[in-house]
Amino acid sequence: MAKKYELNEVEVWDGNMAAAHALRQANIDIVAAYPITPSTPIVQNYSKFLADGYVDGEFIMVESEHSAMSGCVAASAAGVRAATATSSQGFALMVEVLYQASGMRLPIVLTVVNRALAAPLNVNGDHSDMYLGRDAGWINLCSYNPQEAYDLTLMAFRIGEDLNVRLPVMVHQDGFICSHTAQNVRPLQDEEAAEFVGEYKAVNTMLDVANPVTHGVQTEEDWHFEHKARQHNDLMNSVKVIKEVFAEFKDRTGREYDLVYTYKMDDADVAIFALGTTVESAQIAADQMREQGIKAGVVSLRVLRPFPFDEVAKALGNVKAVAAMDRSAPGGTFGMLFNEISAALLARGKSPVILNYIYGLGGRDTTITMLKEVYEELDKCAKAGEAVVPLQQFLGLRGPKLSFY
Amino acid sequence: MLEIRWHSRAGQGAVTGAKGLADVVANTGKYVQAFAFYGSAKRGAAMTAYNRVDEKPILNHEKFMRPDYVLVIDPGLTYTADITANEKENTKYIITTHLSKEELIKSQPKLEGKEVYVVDCMQISLDTIGRAIPNTPMLGALMKVSGMFDLDYFQNAMKKVLAKFPQKIIDANMAAIERAYNEVQ
Repeated sequence: MAKKYELNEVEVWDGNMAAAHALRQANIDIVAAYPITPSTPIVQNYSKFLADGYVDGEFIMVESEHSAMSGCVAASAAGVRAATATSSQGFALMVEVLYQASGMRLPIVLTVVNRALAAPLNVNGDHSDMYLGRDAGWINLCSYNPQEAYDLTLMAFRIGEDLNVRLPVMVHQDGFICSHTAQNVRPLQDEEAAEFVGEYKAVNTMLDVANPVTHGVQTEEDWHFEHKARQHNDLMNSVKVIKEVFAEFKDRTGREYDLVYTYKMDDADVAIFALGTTVESAQIAADQMREQGIKAGVVSLRVLRPFPFDEVAKALGNVKAVAAMDRSAPGGTFGMLFNEISAALLARGKSPVILNYIYGLGGRDTTITMLKEVYEELDKCAKAGEAVVPLQQFLGLRGPKLSFY
Repeated sequence: MLEIRWHSRAGQGAVTGAKGLADVVANTGKYVQAFAFYGSAKRGAAMTAYNRVDEKPILNHEKFMRPDYVLVIDPGLTYTADITANEKENTKYIITTHLSKEELIKSQPKLEGKEVYVVDCMQISLDTIGRAIPNTPMLGALMKVSGMFDLDYFQNAMKKVLAKFPQKIIDANMAAIERAYNEVQ
């Protein structure tokens, strides 16, 4: 029986430690992980908890991130709770198996520390890995600080394992700016967290020899389409369970989560739409703009997948101009957020000015000053009623100004 | 908001020092942030670490900072790192050195006219802890200069932060904190 970990009401944890404690408290049966870079201190911390007697489950060290996710798939198909953590190149190597996990409907939890993808080699934070895996059929939850990385990791088990969902869940946090930044975190006590997460409910277990099942079989044109359609259907409908789990978590902790996060949007004329730690920095910039008489707000996704299409359209429904801030190299088009929020707004009959800013690649600092510059450009567009700056710009880039469209 | 920048070499404990300070401050009900600039830096490379302290939750995640305090825990970095970067008019400098304040300013003229304090964290940590780990003595010096906490309170709080270490190491760190508190000028 695992020892109880003595926790203070307020701990000072970085995002890695916060996620590691959430994994520890979730009573995971199998963590399969690659024990060196590009994995994260999350699994390093977790393995220390295990060595110190705070974990009952098993930790399997594997030779790559591909094997880490494969180990989780095997454990989950066998009928137990499985989770791991990764980042950057490790995430990229996992991608093939991410699709296996979602297609086999295995409720694995993956904590992702979002970092840049090579080349050039870079260990710092951006959202390239998040964008790479966003269509892999997983539920994607987004945190902006260590507290949320902790909260959402606990909630991920409840959401993915719900009998109406049975899908894997990723929890994203910004590399370094969240993962290696220590802040105040209010954890649940061990027994409280375990009670919230609950016992694992096994479904179609491979090791139940009395009821033989098969996983990951071949389905050609006769059945593949139906499987993928059902998978999409259940991913879309997971919204109901996500909302229920958010509500129950609020009852326990007072901490409120919703599909879309908004700050001062009731009367906002201009808005920054971003993910990760920038969501919080932008609130400081918004407050400073409001002191200058510009009604600024911030919108973000708490749930990147399933994409809250109507909630995004509603949150941005009354703004005159919005900046979609993409922290990933767009690779020959607009950034993902620009495309997705444009679609949501236009399909619901709204047409504010929508700008795209590429920013923060490879850990480039995103300052309050830069975010205020974005608001100033949005304000110009809002007053003109049209885009008076290029649609796609690069924020905080050295050298000649780069813009497109 | 109180903002602190540490100049250190990787391995000297600036990150541990920044996190230890954050732990102590968080126990008083304030909000904290402790972070560092990482790269592929190896032991011995110059690096910076940071603290933010505020009465309300800290939403600012920019790395850019105009520090209220600059803590230099490696003597050489006074000359090779840009320790006055983004300074404010009233930024206070606490610098590890074996020199007197006058000798230090003479050897690094850009500190002229600034509020500079000196303390030999290297010698103090060698004498007390037995290794060149200048982070905890720097915290002792910071307590004296900033008046953030009195010595007794801070030592007791740090005992809790260091609780996982053997008693001998805790005692050595307490001695280091006390000496730096008394010796910083």
